[in-house]
Amino acid sequence: MSVVDRPQLSHLQALESEAIHVMREVAAEFERPVLLFSGGKDSIVLLRLAEKAFRPAPFPFPLMHVDTGHNFPEVIEYRDRRVAELGERLIVASVQESIDSGRVAEETGPRASRNRLQTVTLLDAIAEHSFDAAFGGARRDEERARAKERVMSFRDDFGQWDPKNQRPELWNLYNGRIRKGEHVRVFPLSNWTELDVWEYIDAERLEVPSIYFAHEREVFQRDGMLYAWRDGTELIEGESVFTETVRYRTVGDMSCTGGVRSEAATLREVVTEIAATRITERGETRADDRVSEAAMEDRKKAGYF
Amino acid sequence: MTLDLLRFTTAGSVDDGKSTLIGRLLYDTKQVFEDQLDHVAQASERRGGEGALDLALLTDGLRAEREQGITIDVAYRYFATLKRRFIIADCPGHQQYTRNMVTGASTADLSVILLDARKGVLEQSKRHAFISALLGIPHLVVAVNKMDLVDYSQERFDELVAEFEGFAAKLSTIGTGTGMRRDIAYIPMSALNGDNVVDRSDAMGWYEDPTHHPTLLELLEDVEVAYDHPYDRPARFPVQWVIRPAHGSDYRGYAGQMASGALRTGEEVVILPGGQRSTIAAIDTYDGELSEALAPMSVTVRLADDVDVSRGETICRPDEVPTVARELEADVCWMTDSPLRPGGRYLLKQTTSTVTAIVDTLQDQVDVHTLERAGVGGTSSELGLNDIGRVRLRTSAPLVFDPYDQNRRTGSFVLIDETTNNTVGAGMIAATA
Ligand SMILES: Nc1nc2c(ncn2[C@@H]2O[C@H](COP(=O)(O)OP(=O)(O)O)[C@@H](O)[C@H]2O)c(=O)[nH]1
Repeated sequence: MSVVDRPQLSHLQALESEAIHVMREVAAEFERPVLLFSGGKDSIVLLRLAEKAFRPAPFPFPLMHVDTGHNFPEVIEYRDRRVAELGERLIVASVQESIDSGRVAEETGPRASRNRLQTVTLLDAIAEHSFDAAFGGARRDEERARAKERVMSFRDDFGQWDPKNQRPELWNLYNGRIRKGEHVRVFPLSNWTELDVWEYIDAERLEVPSIYFAHEREVFQRDGMLYAWRDGTELIEGESVFTETVRYRTVGDMSCTGGVRSEAATLREVVTEIAATRITERGETRADDRVSEAAMEDRKKAGYF
Repeated sequence: MTLDLLRFTTAGSVDDGKSTLIGRLLYDTKQVFEDQLDHVAQASERRGGEGALDLALLTDGLRAEREQGITIDVAYRYFATLKRRFIIADCPGHQQYTRNMVTGASTADLSVILLDARKGVLEQSKRHAFISALLGIPHLVVAVNKMDLVDYSQERFDELVAEFEGFAAKLSTIGTGTGMRRDIAYIPMSALNGDNVVDRSDAMGWYEDPTHHPTLLELLEDVEVAYDHPYDRPARFPVQWVIRPAHGSDYRGYAGQMASGALRTGEEVVILPGGQRSTIAAIDTYDGELSEALAPMSVTVRLADDVDVSRGETICRPDEVPTVARELEADVCWMTDSPLRPGGRYLLKQTTSTVTAIVDTLQDQVDVHTLERAGVGGTSSELGLNDIGRVRLRTSAPLVFDPYDQNRRTGSFVLIDETTNNTVGAGMIAATA
């Protein structure tokens, strides 16, 4: 096979083009889309893709962050800076407000997490703003329940996902028809892997929050994972706080996102480390998926990201 | 266009070894992570597997499947080698999941059809081959699995190749995409033992010539991918979205993804179905202007004239225009319980336009068991769930299309039920005289 005389498109360019196509379809077919921006690497990539899809015009949708109140400060600082740079509008939906207004009850005990509460805050915000499409950065390679998720995934008026009754999705033709009160989640990065995301960040020279790089932090070890210690964290007997050089592979809620021991201090080193990693991103760093084999599937059915 | 990304689909009868094969591909290319492996080891033990790792367990997803032990929906899986990235659309094989196979096949460039070497070419393998052909997949790979159970016999392999070839000859006459240029490769393998999947087999010395007898992975790494020849193909640019910054800017860009071919700045174009003419003033991307756009790039096109173009229109070259019509014939795979009947009204989405369509007539139907086309009328006058048949449609507004066997992007559509909003049919437009 001779390839010299033919133009080349890298897999990243192909994935990028596919994602831009998805975003433009949603902009064209929905009245009130929103892009969920957490400050994490996947949503950072989504923002760049939105720039590629819609510039020189402003985005045809606002950004929204579901703030658990337990976020890494570095991530919030990054979030605000990035939004200002883009000149786009950010809506912050606050889990604390959901707690204060009695919509949800705070979990208690050393394993308390606001991760589950986010679902209510998210669905409430979607209803309040009448959003009919929400872009998320989820990828099919992340977790087994996601392998069958559609790029454009239908949610009923309870925000629920029905894995047994998904709309067929063929070619690049997305069916965006919904009734009032229903919405779709849209995953432009469906076909990307964790490594693709990092390679893209590297290729595009995107800035990411500093917690993605190796840094010293006070941590404690629980269930084989290293969690960030912060004021107020309840320890279980036998646990102690110590300093370790870690970095994060995802930026969820501080209470359930574990760091990994790492010396990777630059983007290049992170890419190299990921390429050589033998443990999946979620298995390594997300306590919320470890609860049961079907944990993610259950949360997704209920309307989680 | 060369691309280091290959999308392929797999399907097979239950127990042909599809899950084992995919597990083997992932495992032997070192794509299985430690925690996944742990998971599988635990599950293998629970199932009473004696120490052996059941690689098939790497690929089951939803709880329903864990209960039933079968795949019920298309699952997408990812792996990479130094040469290429791969996306597998892993489909269930039963007749009742024909629609899932169609879904998985719609985006695939290659299809792996599994045979059990002991059983020969069964109905489900034929059906999968037919669907792969109907959906216009250019490469078929017939994986003759479980060769270990037939003593790695070359004679048995040759027998199966001959049998499949006989069937394949029939394929080229039966549907919209089936007449397309297609190649078929045959690979004898044992997914269980790993022979000829990633690594070469010691047990099949007769299959050793590396240029003509690749292992499955070698073939997957080297096969040519779609969009290979954008310069030989007509330019099709369906407009998705008009970019117009607010506040008095006179920027007006037509955003979309090249469905096929190439467009260059300075080139004269026609916009269909409207028929306006203009010239390409610029091809914009976030990363700067381009002198040409090739499929499958997403770009923004600016035109030299102040013509009115909107979503749903297609930018083409005047000397290679597609069909513009309000009537079309297509093979439709039906995907829902309530049947398609003449007189039925649906929304039809094709490239970036959505129109209303009325079913005029159902011309004939493919018997998915015998793969023969039969006229309708005698036995049935409707398409039920998982049926495939030739349908004549009329649309509320003109569509811009090519026959599916010439263009998978502009020749495909989905039908949507306006009351349930479900996607109920997948259509492939036929070439009509
Ligand atoms: N002897 C032998 N057994 C195989 C081979 N491939 C798969 N099997 C077995 O066939 C059975 C069905 O395999 P599985 O992968 O679950 O099939 P699926 O239903 O097509 O996904 C399992 O017991 C496998 O271990 C093979 O190449 N040789």
